[in-house]
Amino acid sequence: MRNVQAVAANTFREAVRDRVLYNLVFFALMMIGAAILVGQVSIGIERDVIISLGLSAISVIGIFIAIFLGVALVSKEMDKRTLYALLAKPVKRWEFLLGKFVGLVMTLTVNTAAMAAGLYIALWSVNRAWQASDVHILAAVYLILLKLAMIVALALLFSCFTTPFLAILFTAGMYVAGLLAGDLRTVHGVELDPGTLRWMRGISYLLPNFENFNVMGAVVHGRGVPVSLIWQATLYAFLYTAIVLTGAAIVFSRRNLK
Amino acid sequence: MGVADCEHDSPAPVDEVRKLFKNMGMPQGAIEIENLSKEYPYGFLSLKKKKSLEDLTMRVEDGEVFGFLGPNGAGKSTTIKLLMRLIFPTAGTARILGKSIDDVSMHASIGYLPEQPYFYDYLTAYEVLDYFARFHNSKATERAARVEAMLKKVGLDTAKKIQLRKYSKGMLQRVGLAQAILHNPKVVVLDEPMSGLDPVGRREVRDIILELKREGRTVLFSTHVLSDAEMLCDRVGVIVGGKLRGIGAPGELVDIKAQGMEILFELSGAGRNLLLLEKATRTGDRYRVQLPEAELYAALDALKAAGARILSVAQIKPTLEEYFMHLVEADRAQASAVEVSGK
Repeated sequence: MRNVQAVAANTFREAVRDRVLYNLVFFALMMIGAAILVGQVSIGIERDVIISLGLSAISVIGIFIAIFLGVALVSKEMDKRTLYALLAKPVKRWEFLLGKFVGLVMTLTVNTAAMAAGLYIALWSVNRAWQASDVHILAAVYLILLKLAMIVALALLFSCFTTPFLAILFTAGMYVAGLLAGDLRTVHGVELDPGTLRWMRGISYLLPNFENFNVMGAVVHGRGVPVSLIWQATLYAFLYTAIVLTGAAIVFSRRNLK
Repeated sequence: MGVADCEHDSPAPVDEVRKLFKNMGMPQGAIEIENLSKEYPYGFLSLKKKKSLEDLTMRVEDGEVFGFLGPNGAGKSTTIKLLMRLIFPTAGTARILGKSIDDVSMHASIGYLPEQPYFYDYLTAYEVLDYFARFHNSKATERAARVEAMLKKVGLDTAKKIQLRKYSKGMLQRVGLAQAILHNPKVVVLDEPMSGLDPVGRREVRDIILELKREGRTVLFSTHVLSDAEMLCDRVGVIVGGKLRGIGAPGELVDIKAQGMEILFELSGAGRNLLLLEKATRTGDRYRVQLPEAELYAALDALKAAGARILSVAQIKPTLEEYFMHLVEADRAQASAVEVSGK
């Protein structure tokens, strides 16, 4: 694991030095603006608007970082040939991939944690008081983070065998399809032959099912997030990510570098 | 479309070759390459294949400096990338220090400098070396001392805290060299180590290669600068068009028999009506004349009688460059003959 740690630490350092975390400034400005605006235009629903806006921003910003940086993790190293010297060391290719994945997930964790802190500050500034249900925001943020880890794994997989542009398209496509995966499993009101239905259900199980990771509605309205859902989502994300990363490692282990 | 190639054929076992060497009583070479070939797919749907390396078989002996020569695109870098497992062979295999190149642990004993090396430009020279040292099981204190020593060795100790994005090409090449020899490898593989360096830098790299040789390490380096190869190498291999065309000591490859003699002399005044001067080239009062060895002494007597001052007498030998050019031209002639017959 020493090799994985070294690659992960360097990936995190790269993100910090390449000013990836500067997106937090944008997030902070947006939350400050929203807090000021919400106080003026909405009566009684300030809290809901701030939570909804904050969680959406955490998710969208995280998805952008996960897709674009996830694809660049490997393709940039290959394009710039920084990988050559590294792979000539006693480092297995899967260790390099796993290190890159862990490094970006570390970056996303710091980024998401900072944005969550910003969300709580904005919430305090409009309400000047905490509510017991505010703790559920943490569960929503945690589930967003799991979703981002799955997206990073997919971006890594695609970047291992195709161009960065196509890898971005494929990853974004998988994300959108993943939002609809649940619908594919429960198609109602459409007349389809059983073969097509089976095929659609089969496909839906290959897609990442992001439906269970979206608890924003419940959190905004002060409802709790069931612990069982958190466990299930954690297990699902862990397994899905592990399978996708294994696929990426298999593809990358036979990849000819240019 | 847009999908990168992932082809790989299973390599043939090299154990039989090793057994053969063993049975013949030959010691194990530092690098043993057996029938190594590489084809790249190209064209629409990647259906056509271009041979980049064809049936390369060669050995680099333990402790020798081996120069891998060839024009651009000859297959030097392909061979080195195959050895480093950056690309995978279409056929054949290789061993370094007795271990298959498929074995990642083999990399603990080898150092590699890529061609035109690029490193993480957001890191300083110290950080990049410290990063690479982490993959070699060294403790923090040991690692720090080793990195400092290496920075000093390649002359970057004063620039160690500057990010690599501000480094010149020559400085990056030094960082590349430092990371290649950081862990005291037994075998060092350098891909065009003199590339992009000024004369001072080239001299320093040459000194490092000689020092590695003195320390008993095996060095394989590719170059198309033949004077460097002549100066540094125990043996060279010449690769042209993906095929090994010659291998041996530089003196063995070229015909070492003198092709004549050259006299350099100064002459002024009355002696200038000397018959020998018709064959000579003149620069000021200095003359240079080439003649068969049999005529040397008669010419020296004539020059002495004419009052000439002899500056030097030297044998004319074919150079490695002439040998190299002969191979390259033969390859081109062969290629164009194939093209014409194909039409």
